[in-house]
Amino acid sequence: MNNPIISLEGVEKRFGSNLVVKKMNLEIAEGEFLTLLGPSGCGKTTTLRMIAGFEEASAGVIKVEGERIEDKEPFQRNVNTVFQNYALFPHMTVFNNVAYGLTIKKVPKPEIQERVMEMLRLVQLEGFEKRKPDELSGGQKQRVAIARALVNRPKVLLLDEPLGALDLKLRKQMQIELKRLQKKLGITFIYVTHDQEEALTMSDRIAVMHDGVLEQLDVPMEIYEHPKTKFVAGFIGESNIFDGKVTDKKDNVLTVQTEAGMMQVCGADFEVGEEMHVAIRPEYMDVSKTPVEGFDLPGTVKDFIYQGTVVKTALDIKNGQEIKYSRFEQDTDIAEGNQVYVYWRPEKAVAIKKSM
Amino acid sequence: MNNKKKKNMLPALAMAGPVSVWMILFVTIPMLYIIYISFMSRGVFGDVVYKFSTESYKTILDPTYFKVILKSLKAAAITTILCLLLGYPLAYIIAHKPKDTAAKLITLIMIPFWTNSLMRLNSWLLLFQTSGPINNFLVGTGIVKEPITFIYTDGLVLIGLITNMLPFAVLPLYSTIEKLDKSLIEASADLGASAATTFMRVTLPITFPGIFSAIILVFIPSLGIYTVTDMLGGGKILYIGNIIKNQFGAIRNWPLGAALSVLLIVITMLLIFIYTRFAKIEDMEVV
Repeated sequence: MNNPIISLEGVEKRFGSNLVVKKMNLEIAEGEFLTLLGPSGCGKTTTLRMIAGFEEASAGVIKVEGERIEDKEPFQRNVNTVFQNYALFPHMTVFNNVAYGLTIKKVPKPEIQERVMEMLRLVQLEGFEKRKPDELSGGQKQRVAIARALVNRPKVLLLDEPLGALDLKLRKQMQIELKRLQKKLGITFIYVTHDQEEALTMSDRIAVMHDGVLEQLDVPMEIYEHPKTKFVAGFIGESNIFDGKVTDKKDNVLTVQTEAGMMQVCGADFEVGEEMHVAIRPEYMDVSKTPVEGFDLPGTVKDFIYQGTVVKTALDIKNGQEIKYSRFEQDTDIAEGNQVYVYWRPEKAVAIKKSM
Repeated sequence: MNNKKKKNMLPALAMAGPVSVWMILFVTIPMLYIIYISFMSRGVFGDVVYKFSTESYKTILDPTYFKVILKSLKAAAITTILCLLLGYPLAYIIAHKPKDTAAKLITLIMIPFWTNSLMRLNSWLLLFQTSGPINNFLVGTGIVKEPITFIYTDGLVLIGLITNMLPFAVLPLYSTIEKLDKSLIEASADLGASAATTFMRVTLPITFPGIFSAIILVFIPSLGIYTVTDMLGGGKILYIGNIIKNQFGAIRNWPLGAALSVLLIVITMLLIFIYTRFAKIEDMEVV
């Protein structure tokens, strides 16, 4: 990447004997919307806090615009943060909250007035400038927090689960608003969330983290369609994952033997005899009443789960595992207790290397 | 509608009733009685003569008494300021310790508070007296030639007051500082503020209610307290508390003692009034 705005090189963070971020390498392009995604405790917030300058890296180098940030105070960086709980100053009005950064920098008063009002217009909070934070709803507080950070015209905006406290409907609406705002202003956003749907909706690229390790860094579609690790396959969306061993390889089509039975998957750099994982999305699976060539994956229909847009069918398979496949409408020719054979188009399944 | 309201009042009355009766019997009535007595006159034999008089209030304005009142106010004010200056950093440090360490430190601050203050003050007298261990040490090591007079001085009284009152400052300060959301401090730094600016514009204003509670909890008792001034001042140094005590005791001028008490009550009420009005201070005007 040419001139990344932020780069992490071998960054680690240790709290006591606990290594919470491990050998993290990451480059973020200017104007990019990058999401750090992972379950709680995966190190995503710590990574963000290191970029913000609230935590010092135990090892490695963090650079903003090519300069090491270790030597700079938080206020010397062109980086601002939107906090998880908003962190609005309770004793200040909305106006003063937003103006805070500018008054610290001793910007002339007429300019403060102008920039704050412009920012409040941008986040649709005109007329709220005299209110105190405790007179605002969650969504409004969120907008103030964003305005307070953006008014300083940062190059990079760090957002730590900013929508976590909002209800589902408001969260969806704010996701779209935030994404539009980011596109309009062209500012780099680094966004921390544990909500994979939020990450898929908003991000240009997603960095999936697990146990302090960056598991995969890619565009949302690649993350969803071609997960590179077993964790990513399981964490993003729904997947049925099988552990098995390659028994045959023909033109990149691998035949894999698992405890549940035999299956096929496309994969290039796998050897016969290699242990690996196969992941398949519920929507790509098919069932037949008779065995299908290349597959030997019998299952018993357990039940049908109606979910509005799709109907999921749960099957019990040989190794005692329960797998699910989804359809837009319920299959009419099979019923609970029926024996079926599961199969799929080998290119729709994902072959995953066994992790070390 | 009216009936319903009355019904809803019952549980509240049942709960607040006993304590109200208690407060009326043992606080309101005695206070009203004090005010009443303060407008009576003193009899020849030190009894209260029930005849209206403003004599006691005039006496308060007499320079001898007025000086003592001013001196007491000054001592209480200095005590309060020093308790704040010592207590705020202490409370701040404790509030930023891990929870279990903080609990232990708070306990340490409370321990002197649990020991009998008369015993503590007596041990001070023994320690600081002319032939006490501190003076013996100072003279013995040749740091000073003559023993220093510590006891029965304004300085020792002040130190005694501060020691006695410090927990009352630390506790409310600790509880407000401890509640202060740490992310506010980070947000302020993130927006470019130095540590000093963050303290002045975020920490201090948000913890102001705690500061005011500390002021009230320290100022009011140190204005009226007489044990510390009596013992460490040796009865030679008079503060308003000692005078009130003497008027009701040895001197037997109840109306004057009552008038001085009323003065203390008025000062207290004034402070509480200011507290309720200004405990929430606003941020400075930006534009």
